[in-house]
Amino acid sequence: MSAMAGGGDPLLRVRDLRKSFGVHEVLADISLDVARGEVIAIIGASGSGKSTLLRCLNLLERPSGGEIFYAGEPVDWRRPPGFFGDPAVQRLRTRIGMVFQSYNLWPHMTVLENVIEAPMRVKGLPRREAEERATYLLGRIGLAAKRDQHPFTLSGGQQQRVAIVRALAMEPEAMLFDEVTSALDPELVGEVLDLMASLAVDGMTMLVVTHEMDFAREVSTRTIFIDAGRIAEQGPSVEVLERPVNERTRRFLDRVLHRRGGVDREAAVDDGR
Amino acid sequence: MMDADGPVAAAIAWWVSIEDYLPSFLDAAWLAFQLTLVIIGLTWVFGLVVALAKTSRYRVIRWPAELYVWFIRGTPTLIQVFIFYFGLPQIDIRMSPFAAGCLALGLNGGAYVAEIIRGGLLAIPKGQMESAIALGMSPWTAMGRIILPQAIRIIIPPLTNEAATTLKNTSLLSTITLVELTLHAQLIIAATYRPFDFYIIAAILYLIMTSVLTQIAAWLERRYQLRY
Repeated sequence: MSAMAGGGDPLLRVRDLRKSFGVHEVLADISLDVARGEVIAIIGASGSGKSTLLRCLNLLERPSGGEIFYAGEPVDWRRPPGFFGDPAVQRLRTRIGMVFQSYNLWPHMTVLENVIEAPMRVKGLPRREAEERATYLLGRIGLAAKRDQHPFTLSGGQQQRVAIVRALAMEPEAMLFDEVTSALDPELVGEVLDLMASLAVDGMTMLVVTHEMDFAREVSTRTIFIDAGRIAEQGPSVEVLERPVNERTRRFLDRVLHRRGGVDREAAVDDGR
Repeated sequence: MMDADGPVAAAIAWWVSIEDYLPSFLDAAWLAFQLTLVIIGLTWVFGLVVALAKTSRYRVIRWPAELYVWFIRGTPTLIQVFIFYFGLPQIDIRMSPFAAGCLALGLNGGAYVAEIIRGGLLAIPKGQMESAIALGMSPWTAMGRIILPQAIRIIIPPLTNEAATTLKNTSLLSTITLVELTLHAQLIIAATYRPFDFYIIAAILYLIMTSVLTQIAAWLERRYQLRY
């Protein structure tokens, strides 16, 4: 099915996506096409709706309106989730991996068990095959030796990389990253971003909600600035980050880059004024 | 002789006077223990179902569960036992004392167990469920594989208390003709006029049984703690 939809069609197409929590409108008319292999950085102030956008894409949140197409097929979010869950939605989620800010590894399982759980339970992979795949992936991030340890014995950076591997073990076509370095000590951020950069090089389609402007500039092909639930500005990352057109983008970047201080800050101020 | 009036001799005489009654007390205690095991099993089944129902997003499922817990916690246990044994036959639902007792106390304990399980489920961070379903797991698989195994660790200690309470509550079933430990003691006392001796013996037997339950629970707790 996805082969049929391949070629020029975007992997993900979002049209007029809206989401409200009660009277509070978080997303207003988001439209977005994501091509296969694209790496999109989503930036914006906290509360601007960028996490909610990601969570609507794999239906962790039910949208309030709009359409989502994945690999050319409409995603039916309007059907209420049944008593036993919604198989179509569950299948969609196996194709879109997600990594969270707080890792959310399962503490009662070892690292290996974390990684093989979904491939075995959801995809029905035999244990030996699942373990082979997990061991290979853990080896790729240099954590094969930790496979029988529990997550709490690992550093935050290691836990987050295991969480990424856990998602990769399902062999997804796209990955959603929801502020995955925000909870990390500064010295551990690099190892996680390096892993994400290597995924990008391998051609993984990625949507990355982030505050790491360097990552956005260097790894993502496109940057989207979200403000008050709308896409205020988007374009090639270098353009958006260094020559923002929108006044709000400019002010946001000023504020974010201030914290980094030094040259970046001056450059941003010079560009902005 | 001094010995004949001394405390040792008195103790021996006392022991001889109750020794013959002990086997029948052990039988009655065994019945109380069997009742307890059956009732504990029922409280877990009712408790789990009601806990899940109370966390359901559907009002039609949530509402009866809330009504049930409200009723059980707001009425005396003894009245609930009477409703099952004396009340239901009036509308032509007849049960043996054993069945009525198990059902009444099972439903009673179930309401408390439900609150314990619900507390355990709510103590697991939301992200645990989210990361599971984001990988394509059904909510039920996630519940069984990710949430419940973690919640068990939290609920074992309060569940132990509840099991001990259940054991002690079986004495209420003496009122519906079940010759468990309490009613047995009463029958012996009626024949011997020795309430102090035989209520103490009943109490000691209850104490031994609750201690056994607590030990089992302590072992379970250690076992599940070793995992992580």
